[in-house]
Amino acid sequence: MANLILSAAGAQHMMPPAWALLAYLIAGILFILALRGLSSPASSRRGNRAGMIGMLIAVATTMLLKAPVAPGQFLPSPTADDLVTLGQIVAAISVGAIIGLFTARRIAMTDMPQLVAAFHSLVGLAAVLVAAAAFLSPAAFGIVGADGHILPVSRVEMGLGSAIGAITFSGSVIAFLKLAGKMSGAPILLPLRHFINLGTLAAILGLVGYFTQDQAPWVFWTITILAFVIGFLLIIPIGGADMPVVVSMLNSYSGWAAAAMGFTLHNSAMIITGALVGSSGAILSYIMCRAMNRSFISVIAGGFGADASAGGGEAREQRPWKRGSAEDAAFLMQQAESVIIVPGYGMAVAQAQHALREMADMLKKEGVSVKYAIHPVAGRMPGHMNVLLAEANVPYDEVFELEDINAEFAQADVAFIIGANDVVNPAAKTDKSSPIYGMPVFDVDKAKTVFFVKRSMGGVGYAGVDNDVFYMDQTMMLLADAKKMCEEIVKAMAH
Amino acid sequence: MDFISILSIFVLACFVGYYVVWSVTPALHTPLMAVTNAISSVIIVGALVAATTGMASHISAARWLGLIAVVLASINIFGGFAVTERMLAMYKKKDK
Repeated sequence: MANLILSAAGAQHMMPPAWALLAYLIAGILFILALRGLSSPASSRRGNRAGMIGMLIAVATTMLLKAPVAPGQFLPSPTADDLVTLGQIVAAISVGAIIGLFTARRIAMTDMPQLVAAFHSLVGLAAVLVAAAAFLSPAAFGIVGADGHILPVSRVEMGLGSAIGAITFSGSVIAFLKLAGKMSGAPILLPLRHFINLGTLAAILGLVGYFTQDQAPWVFWTITILAFVIGFLLIIPIGGADMPVVVSMLNSYSGWAAAAMGFTLHNSAMIITGALVGSSGAILSYIMCRAMNRSFISVIAGGFGADASAGGGEAREQRPWKRGSAEDAAFLMQQAESVIIVPGYGMAVAQAQHALREMADMLKKEGVSVKYAIHPVAGRMPGHMNVLLAEANVPYDEVFELEDINAEFAQADVAFIIGANDVVNPAAKTDKSSPIYGMPVFDVDKAKTVFFVKRSMGGVGYAGVDNDVFYMDQTMMLLADAKKMCEEIVKAMAH
Repeated sequence: MDFISILSIFVLACFVGYYVVWSVTPALHTPLMAVTNAISSVIIVGALVAATTGMASHISAARWLGLIAVVLASINIFGGFAVTERMLAMYKKKDK
């Protein structure tokens, strides 16, 4: 085996030894198992550990391949320079580990979407840096051809890797700023943006093609800079409720960037991971689009919600509605047999999940059946509501997906809507002119009583459409901050 | 490895990814994104290759880029796995 290590260490452009190829393959398989574990909460932690072991194997294998082992020896015989190199790498990993662990421990669960966006940006930037390093020192990556130039196929791979990485980076930075509220979440529409975007994309692809003929530095750097610009331009026109699609899409891009660099390095672990992450993000984007009944193209084109709110506002008429109190809600829910809670992004904003769970606990003590109904696009990223409820100690077997619970509203005594709006709007089923027509929604209108927790009657949902549920006979509006309302209901029930 | 065998791995892995991701329960979609974030930082392999180019005493541009990429990927690896672990620990069954 020592000889195998040597043959690779001596000539880096040669194929890595068999043990290393196998180790990378095992790392790739462990990553597949990491995702596979997420098929149920029970197996999920085992999966996450598999992912950690896979990463350890990938890093250790790479380090071993670089270890300075002299011919005929098994143990490395490092020079002073090698030890400094090792020190630099250990220092770099330690800095990253400290920042990463500190952030992971401190982040609030409501802030997960922006954390994920920030992490995506790092993968993107790392891909750009690795591609640039490969361009500057191609020999180290074993991609120099017989003529002394970088292999043409490797130029395409590093050009695409750098471009996708740069798009991921600048797009994720914008997504982060929007999600963290450091930049307006509203779509920003530039004139001629479709023309500019398509032109820039065509220029990037054209330059990648030209790169195979001429490996001049300006070609590589122009590709990278144009990609940074297009990432920025692609995300600024998208806002609000479309953010889950954006976050999923950037997740996908970060995978494709890793895969492209895997092609450059001929590394199976990177290629397998890239393909996994790329498909994961693509599938999540698809699920999000389907849950809003919008095509992927229309989300990417952006601008949703920018003009709809203006149109919806003037058409609204004054209609009678009933206001309920915390006492009404407490009384009716205590008398009920079954209550279904529909949480939305407003619950997350008000940080009401803990107070809500307390309310549910009181009801369960009285023998009321309590279930939670989660819409796929509730929150600002896929599965966001589930994490928030889990954080508030809501058992996951009380939380149901749209298709599993929708039929139960007809038998439910109370539907308790908190911080959601568009996902319970019956206009999606009946009104063909509505911007949300065709979106799958909860049939809360079939429940015997509906409580609608909302800050005021003024604001309508993200899509800017009025909601008939407000004006139904069986609906009582609970106008208050979501957290305060839950706390008041708990107080009223205690009496 | 030649280009075609790498391409084969990639295409097959896309199919594996497709089926594995569809089997993920929607309740765990946020941890899915966090963990995919962590594993896509396997790009650290490329960063390590770059960070070991040339001489340590005379840091080349490629080595600088590699070292910075190692830091970025490490943030993601440690942060991604740790935050996933933290989230998954919160998912509990009804106690009866």
